[in-house]
Amino acid sequence: MARHLLEIEELRGYYRGIFGIVRAVDGVSLTVDSGEVMGLAGESGCGKSTLAQLCSGSPNPLLHYESGKVLVNGTDIYKIDAEVLRTEVKCQYMSYIPQASMDSLNPVKRIRDFIMDVTMERTGQKLPKSEVLKTAGDHLEKLGLNRNVLNLYPHELSGGMKQRVVIGISTLCHPNLLMVDEPTSALDVTTQKLVIKSLVNLKKAGVIESMLFISHDITVLGQLCDKCAVMYGGKIVEVNTMDGTLNNPLHPYTQALISSVVSYDPERMGKGGLKSIPGAPPDLRDPPPACRFHPRCEYAMDICQTKEPPLEAAKNGSEIACWLY
Amino acid sequence: METILQCENLTKIFISGLIRTKSIVAVKNVTFDVKKGEIIALVGQSGSGKTTVAKMILRLIEPTSGQIIFNGKNALSYDKREYYRRIQAIVQDPYSAYNPFYKVDRMLEEVFSLYENNPSPDERKKIIHSTLERIGINPEEILGRYPHQLSGGQLQRFLIARPLMINSELVVADEATSMLDASTRAGILNLLLSLKENEKISVLFITHDIAQAQYISDRVLMMQNGEVIEEGLSDRVFSHPSNPYTKELFDSVPQLHKKWEF
Repeated sequence: MARHLLEIEELRGYYRGIFGIVRAVDGVSLTVDSGEVMGLAGESGCGKSTLAQLCSGSPNPLLHYESGKVLVNGTDIYKIDAEVLRTEVKCQYMSYIPQASMDSLNPVKRIRDFIMDVTMERTGQKLPKSEVLKTAGDHLEKLGLNRNVLNLYPHELSGGMKQRVVIGISTLCHPNLLMVDEPTSALDVTTQKLVIKSLVNLKKAGVIESMLFISHDITVLGQLCDKCAVMYGGKIVEVNTMDGTLNNPLHPYTQALISSVVSYDPERMGKGGLKSIPGAPPDLRDPPPACRFHPRCEYAMDICQTKEPPLEAAKNGSEIACWLY
Repeated sequence: METILQCENLTKIFISGLIRTKSIVAVKNVTFDVKKGEIIALVGQSGSGKTTVAKMILRLIEPTSGQIIFNGKNALSYDKREYYRRIQAIVQDPYSAYNPFYKVDRMLEEVFSLYENNPSPDERKKIIHSTLERIGINPEEILGRYPHQLSGGQLQRFLIARPLMINSELVVADEATSMLDASTRAGILNLLLSLKENEKISVLFITHDIAQAQYISDRVLMMQNGEVIEEGLSDRVFSHPSNPYTKELFDSVPQLHKKWEF
């Protein structure tokens, strides 16, 4: 049986502020096995990034961890000391690349100095410069970058290169699990393809074992993921194989989402055929009771308004949270 | 079909710096026309000059050379009021298109200043209500609210009421759906399609998203580095691109039911 690299159990994380309590992640359970690429899909504001932040163990201000477990390689990251988490779990077992992380490179430092700092921080000792730069250069070459990138400043790099440098820096210590949040949403389609290719190559080369890939664009997820979890209103509504999600979606929300995706198809002729989902995403300060999708769902029944559907195994190894199944 | 807009050899060069000037050719010899009741997609990656073309058509910047002919007359010779009655724009970010201090109604009230005869308050209300119903908005739900109380999709839909109210002939939609979610995006695209079908309003749809361009357009212009590199009926271009750059671009677009080979 495959090893569970990341196990999330009944995780809850709320934003607390003067605006009230936003239940952004509300009872999410998910496992990522070794060797697996898990995609996380959903509309904006459904809690995808919040979930990843909670899994990284250091959520932003205002986001509070409430309850539940996050096990990374068997260690509950909310039970251990923050310093231990930072030095021993992060980068070794898991690495998290937040959204827009390519703008986080220090503009007055060359990439090589940045990498020197990171390795010193991670290993706790001063390694010879030539050695570090050699391994870093090899590592960047795996991502399809030239070794010379090390001598450049961030402003000299294009968006796709910066993104790959960031991916390179966060995988320097060969983490088992890599969590990437929207790595390609600010990029053009051609660079998007390059970045996705280099992520797949990293996995093939054995640098990382598995990946949690977050994107709002389900066509991108379809290119590299084995499994796909769909989130809606702070909850996971469907976990299925990627092909199953695309070709045979079961949950009404997934069905609606797939039928509203505008996708390019060279063989398609003619127009029309797209459906939009009526209504608006729920306000997570005051989410609808029971099933959060019922106000917009065309199959809504009485039970949907009174009792919350659990995430249960359905056919073909999928898990669905819906009273229809 | 009659041609309503013609762009002839449009060129825009931006010059920066005072002493050591540097010039950037943003748009180079772009020629195209828009016919009545047609959706034209202007597709290109970032920095290809799509928005500069839109700005020139909207008379926000003046072309360095070349001319824009709107309904047989040079666009620059129109009175601005008259011009904006016939051409309207939908922009990318619906939140910044509204003034957050005013109710959204004001957005439509402003349009009445472009009317030739000034309608009475009762008539105004009637016009607003009937237009909103035509685009599938329940007026009770949206009127009298502030922009922050509405979703991006609703705001964008509301903006589309403007060209309808004054019977504009051309709508320039610059990345109008890029900020919206997949589920609301389809609704806006379908609304633009229905504008074309029912009201015979032409749309210049500017986007970087090839999938959306394929879905919506009758004709397509591919831009790269300020030049139009391929032009044609969208059924032909999207299935058999002839330009090598276009081909490469289309190959990089993720498809729903086809996986890349790594």
